[in-house]
Amino acid sequence: MKLELRGITKRFGAVLANDHLDITISPGTIHAIVGENGAGKSTAMRIAYGFYTADSGEVVINDQVRDIRAPHDAIALGIGMVHQHFMLVRPMTVTENIVLGAEPGSAMALDLRKAAANIRALSEEFRLAVDPGAVVEDLSVGQQQRVELLKALYRRAELLILDEPTAVLTPQEVEEFFAILRRMRGQGKTVIIITHKLSEVLAISDHVTVMRDGRVVGHVRTSETTAAELARLMVGRDVLLRVAKTPAQPGASVLTVRDLSIAGHDDTKRLDTVSFDVRAGEIVGIAGVEGNGQTELIEALAGLLPASQVTGSMVFGGREIRGLDARRRREAGIAHVPEDRHRRGLLLEFSLSENAILGVHYRPPAVSGVGAVFLNRTAIRRRAELIIRDFDVRPPNPELAARALSGGNQQKLIIGREFELPPKLLLIAQPTRGVDIGAIEFIHRKIVALRDAGCAVLLVSAELEEVTALADRLLVLNGGRIAGEVDPARATHEDIGMLMTGGHVPSRVLKGHS
Amino acid sequence: MTLLRPLLFPLIAVLCAFLVGAVIVALLGDSPIETYRLLLGSAFSWPDGIGYTLFFATPLIFTGLAVAVALRGGLLNIGAEGQLYVAAFVTAWVGITFANLPAVLLVPLCCLGGIGAGAAWGAIPGVLKARFGSHEVINTIMLNFVAIALVGYLTQYHYRMPGDPIMETAPIGGGAHIPRLGAFIPGLPARIPLNAAFLLALLSCWLVYVLLWKTKWGYEIRATGQNPAAAEYGGVSIRREIVLTMAISGALAGMVGINEVLGYRYRYYDGFSDNYGFTGIAVALLGRNHPAGVVVAALLFAVLQRGGVPVDAFTQLVSKDIVLILQALVILFVAAEAMFRSAGRGQRAAGSSGQAVVGQVGPSTGSGPVSGGTI
Repeated sequence: MKLELRGITKRFGAVLANDHLDITISPGTIHAIVGENGAGKSTAMRIAYGFYTADSGEVVINDQVRDIRAPHDAIALGIGMVHQHFMLVRPMTVTENIVLGAEPGSAMALDLRKAAANIRALSEEFRLAVDPGAVVEDLSVGQQQRVELLKALYRRAELLILDEPTAVLTPQEVEEFFAILRRMRGQGKTVIIITHKLSEVLAISDHVTVMRDGRVVGHVRTSETTAAELARLMVGRDVLLRVAKTPAQPGASVLTVRDLSIAGHDDTKRLDTVSFDVRAGEIVGIAGVEGNGQTELIEALAGLLPASQVTGSMVFGGREIRGLDARRRREAGIAHVPEDRHRRGLLLEFSLSENAILGVHYRPPAVSGVGAVFLNRTAIRRRAELIIRDFDVRPPNPELAARALSGGNQQKLIIGREFELPPKLLLIAQPTRGVDIGAIEFIHRKIVALRDAGCAVLLVSAELEEVTALADRLLVLNGGRIAGEVDPARATHEDIGMLMTGGHVPSRVLKGHS
Repeated sequence: MTLLRPLLFPLIAVLCAFLVGAVIVALLGDSPIETYRLLLGSAFSWPDGIGYTLFFATPLIFTGLAVAVALRGGLLNIGAEGQLYVAAFVTAWVGITFANLPAVLLVPLCCLGGIGAGAAWGAIPGVLKARFGSHEVINTIMLNFVAIALVGYLTQYHYRMPGDPIMETAPIGGGAHIPRLGAFIPGLPARIPLNAAFLLALLSCWLVYVLLWKTKWGYEIRATGQNPAAAEYGGVSIRREIVLTMAISGALAGMVGINEVLGYRYRYYDGFSDNYGFTGIAVALLGRNHPAGVVVAALLFAVLQRGGVPVDAFTQLVSKDIVLILQALVILFVAAEAMFRSAGRGQRAAGSSGQAVVGQVGPSTGSGPVSGGTI
């Protein structure tokens, strides 16, 4: 299917999300649309899918101007969309999910058998390996994504729009997923993939459209471009894709973790007898598929898990910290940039000023007066302004609600707040999730600078590129255990991926033993 | 202008309620203009109208504040009714038991007794939630029944005067009486029960404002209400905040007893509350959980309450239930506004291409302490 967006303009209040976009998607190709957050790529695709209507411009399908007012118009024309957050009913089966909204049979009798057979045939055609009878909540994230694909295929989609499809997948799953996309292309389907991961763009797409500030700034053949060129188009200036850092000069051990285990709610162990050290002046990276204990490890170290769940020892600065609550640990010098900034890191309705003191709000200089009870507005504002300036938070208005900031700026605010502590140990999880390339470069530089100033850093990231680029030592978690320690400079992504999924790797990349 | 904007929607809600109310009156076959003239005229006449309106507003300011503080802390306190009953009874009990103390001691003692009783009664569902995770909505509702039965029992079997046909306690000592404002304001007769508790209500508004927005304690309460996970991350003990917030809320509700016992009847009168605790929810809702808004909303509900009587008496067809209808309409329109706003926010979140952030709208049904956080 050939899809053209002609002169599409869409405005949300004062924000011009799409400014006279012209994009042509050739039939039977995989077309990547890249751009930073807020570049307008999702908006453009949601217009094509009928989720929004454009203020002006037209959507042309197979050389015919079409009036797409709602998703069901788009579906009828053969357009399918898979959202970043899956829209599945978890307790229902694959078949029930897929037919939802297009139930076969008469009004009184639902004919699921025929549907299941159809779904099985589709699944085999594209080798998706999805069992139509399986209950969705029993499926892995990768399988759930394939259910979403099936949903679109079942509705006879000829063109599929995929919004950040690889964000939730492991390296191995990404490879499988790309193989599926290639098979779809082979069957004549057209695929649009929205992403900001340049390596994936280069690996999978035939054409790339680059967007910035609501406009198309480049349209290139993938075979004729490089990551550096795409990054420059996206950001509007040259971007350093590699992290510049000198070899670590590690000092004494700051954090010593021995036999740390964390019980889950269902008697399973989320973390199983993990031991490691983090020394001053080094970055220790933790790689692993999400859900293998990283979250629990960081929360346990930050003092956010009930003591009853945690066994083993955590010695920080020569002191056992297991008995200390989150406040005491921060006072001791442990800063924490949480993996989910909306859930943990920010008070979205509060101003930047109020967010700038979270965690230190109860002690001077944030409070003053009798008994240190009253918030000191001037001091709080000064702190916020300092963070805004040093960490380039935009817009630089301390009275703005944190909700009003883009993801990257929210993240810079949190990082600035935690760096301001100042920390002896930084726990930092997914530091650049959902953050623009330009801000990623900035955040990476700041983390390295903190390391060079002698801080111990424990870094968790689902992005292998990030964790290998930043870490001086890399631990791989699998099933709550340390599967191995590797030298991030020498191990390949495939090696690390093997460790992440419980496979074996050649001993040349392993350091010592776990 | 930015200062006035939060007032705009509640104002529209009230106007809409009065418009629909006018249609209802017209459909009944009476004159809306005449009805509203009676309603508002009697509420704003001097001295009876204004005096009684302010008197009626007093308990609603306390309960409105109580609900507002709880909501700011992410808790829905439906138990203000029970808290104020327990508090009023204890206020009277102190006034009876220590009747011989001089006023300078007895008045503060009665006040502290009532406030403490309200705080303790409010803290119970807080502790239950903090310790066992049981939802405060259920527990506060249940404790209302317990409270009302308990003080009814104590009144009937232990503190009723022999031979008194009314369910009420013995009178409190004279030293526990607080002055009526008629004593200071020329032209305001002493028979109008508007008393010093009204000034205490206004003072409480200011104190609540300072507490919530100027102190570290208020910061922690609001942070817990806005995002408990983030507050916890910031070193706030969520369990402590839940108990503390419920205690403060209960204390504020309990101050109704000061108006009722020390300033009006000088004894505990069983069943005195005209659903003050529940109307407080509407007052907080209309007042946007802000102390200043609570005062305005409490005044509005007091005007309706005061104005209902003459409407009943002097119109052919309209009963004083028009007041209930208007109150209900105001709540409906305020709720509708909240719906519009949350829908608008959902749209914006969807438009911002990144993670959708609709989690905060609407009352949470989970066990977290965020229920009704954005009402």
